[in-house]
Amino acid sequence: MTLNGLAVGCIYGLVALGFVLIYKATELVNFAQGDLLMLGAFVAYMAVVSWGLDYWMGFLIAAVAVAAFGALLDMTVLRRVIGQPQFAVVMLTIGLGAMFRTFASVTWGSEIYTLPTPFSGVTNIAGVTLSHQYLSIVAGTLILCGVLYAFFTHTRIGVAMQATSQNQLAAYYMGIPVKLIFSLVWAISAAVAAVAGILLAPVTLIDINMGLAVALKAFAAAVLGGFGSIPGALAGGIVIGLIELYAGATLPPGFKDTAPYIVLLAMLAVRPQGLFGTLGRKKV
Amino acid sequence: MRFLFKTAYEQDIRLFRDNIAAAWYGILAVVVLLLPSVLSGYYVGEITWVFIYGICGVSLMVLVGYTGLLSLGHAAFLGIGAYAHAYFLQQGLPWVVSVALAIGITTACGIVVGLTALRMTGIYLAIATLAFGVIIQEVFTRWESVTHGFAGMAVDSPVLFGLQISGVSPFYYLCAAVLVLTLWLTRNLLRSPTGRAWVAIRDSEIAAQSMGVNLAVYKSIAFAYSAALMGLAGALFAHKIAYLAPDIFNILMSIQLLLLVIVGGLGSLHGAVLGAIFVALLPPTIAILRDSIPATLSEFAGATGIGLIGAVGRALGEFLRKPGVEAGIFGLILVLVILLEPLGMYGRWVKIKLYFSTFPLYKRNTFRRQKSYMRSERLR
Repeated sequence: MTLNGLAVGCIYGLVALGFVLIYKATELVNFAQGDLLMLGAFVAYMAVVSWGLDYWMGFLIAAVAVAAFGALLDMTVLRRVIGQPQFAVVMLTIGLGAMFRTFASVTWGSEIYTLPTPFSGVTNIAGVTLSHQYLSIVAGTLILCGVLYAFFTHTRIGVAMQATSQNQLAAYYMGIPVKLIFSLVWAISAAVAAVAGILLAPVTLIDINMGLAVALKAFAAAVLGGFGSIPGALAGGIVIGLIELYAGATLPPGFKDTAPYIVLLAMLAVRPQGLFGTLGRKKV
Repeated sequence: MRFLFKTAYEQDIRLFRDNIAAAWYGILAVVVLLLPSVLSGYYVGEITWVFIYGICGVSLMVLVGYTGLLSLGHAAFLGIGAYAHAYFLQQGLPWVVSVALAIGITTACGIVVGLTALRMTGIYLAIATLAFGVIIQEVFTRWESVTHGFAGMAVDSPVLFGLQISGVSPFYYLCAAVLVLTLWLTRNLLRSPTGRAWVAIRDSEIAAQSMGVNLAVYKSIAFAYSAALMGLAGALFAHKIAYLAPDIFNILMSIQLLLLVIVGGLGSLHGAVLGAIFVALLPPTIAILRDSIPATLSEFAGATGIGLIGAVGRALGEFLRKPGVEAGIFGLILVLVILLEPLGMYGRWVKIKLYFSTFPLYKRNTFRRQKSYMRSERLR
């Protein structure tokens, strides 16, 4: 059972990771992350079921398509609002999210779809039954995090991204193409969301509102970990997933959905900057 | 031409800018009074929504537009007001007492949330209020002895001082009166030291603090006042909707309220009312267009003999009829407003007015936005 919580927590962590990546680089808060997740799942469904492609091929197509879409979104829309007040950006991405949901409901309808996956069996380890679906989520998250970590620390572009997120102006003076980096960050973040969507698809099934529910929890996760801290986002996601699961199992009904938020509020009241967050005070 | 000629400091804080402005508001008041006798019941009912959303808009405008605190959970306050009012009415309390109690309860909740929110800024505050909204919605669902959960709760028409306010028009006047009262009260607050302290906090917390504004006190007041107005709106909302269910007051409602203030224009009471007109009248407009676009276009196609136009009209009607399209249209408008006109409908109105009042001398760059490279909100 802990594995289930861990798996759901990993999904929250992945979506939260997407938020944090964008926030660290561009200081924009992307409320449409959940809807990118939904789009990723739908594209994968279309590739696998409608076009009859292999699961891994569909996986790749969905990730690349959503990544390209994320980059396009940055170039056309979000680049214009950099420097505007934060809530304008929040509302902008909420509006974008609503548009994506409408697009999905017009294109694919409001039915519920299932994505066939190669992970269907169960494994017994020391008397505990582990479902492959959940194992695949945890493994996928671990692999993705490893790849991202290597990318950010060992490649030129990754290091350039770190530099940009620390100080845009200085990075620009060093000859880093800041605009391109922003688009790349959006692409990576969208791809992470798409992967999360594909991994989540067998568990929650695909419908147009799957992203919204996940995104709200993932937000809680990102804030719990301190917005702007990548390990914090993953840790926050796993904590939220476990809390949700255990609250659902042990507390009266109704606490399953609210317990993560109650914990979040309690934590924010004590530590307003999150678990791993840093909140500087402006010097004047 | 327009002359700005001030002879006294008092002129900056007058209720109306000058007698001409006051006269315009008088004309508007007469129009509002006469509307129910001109329009059919359906439209009067829809305009009543404008007044109720207007109160919500003023409430959120104080918080978001004037104090600069973002709240993604204001539907919870609306719900608390609505449920409290409905519950007290069921207990047999008089209408005025019930509304007062509902306002009192929402104010108390607002103070609690405001105190928790004192240390948070920006996105943390947004998420904290969102969490509050989700928790309160769950409370509405589960606290069945008071809210009746998903079974819902019927609300009768109001009885004011022994006078049954049933029917569309009397309720229209009641809502209009409450909105005017709200606007007057808020305008008075905004031109007092409290309002100026709010604006100072919005523009720079550090500068405000340096000038001796007590951040904790004024932020709490803003939250409490905003929640109180939401409670008042909630009471009227309960009557208007006549049947309360917990899933009305969800996150989408909160987002719609935020959309209202942003589309209307942040930082102005006019914006709150304009936004309310937009939010309340867009769904009926879409409903009307849904039927009239295909009809008009096919008529036009018949007259000109171009079959394509009729087909386009049918496709548009078909598109507008699909579920979920309304949310997408709201989203599209929100995106366009933020990209093209960040000051909203009222900002556009100010520009148009200035164009005519300074006619040959209007400079487009007057309202040009300063491009900042990046304004960091990580440092506070």
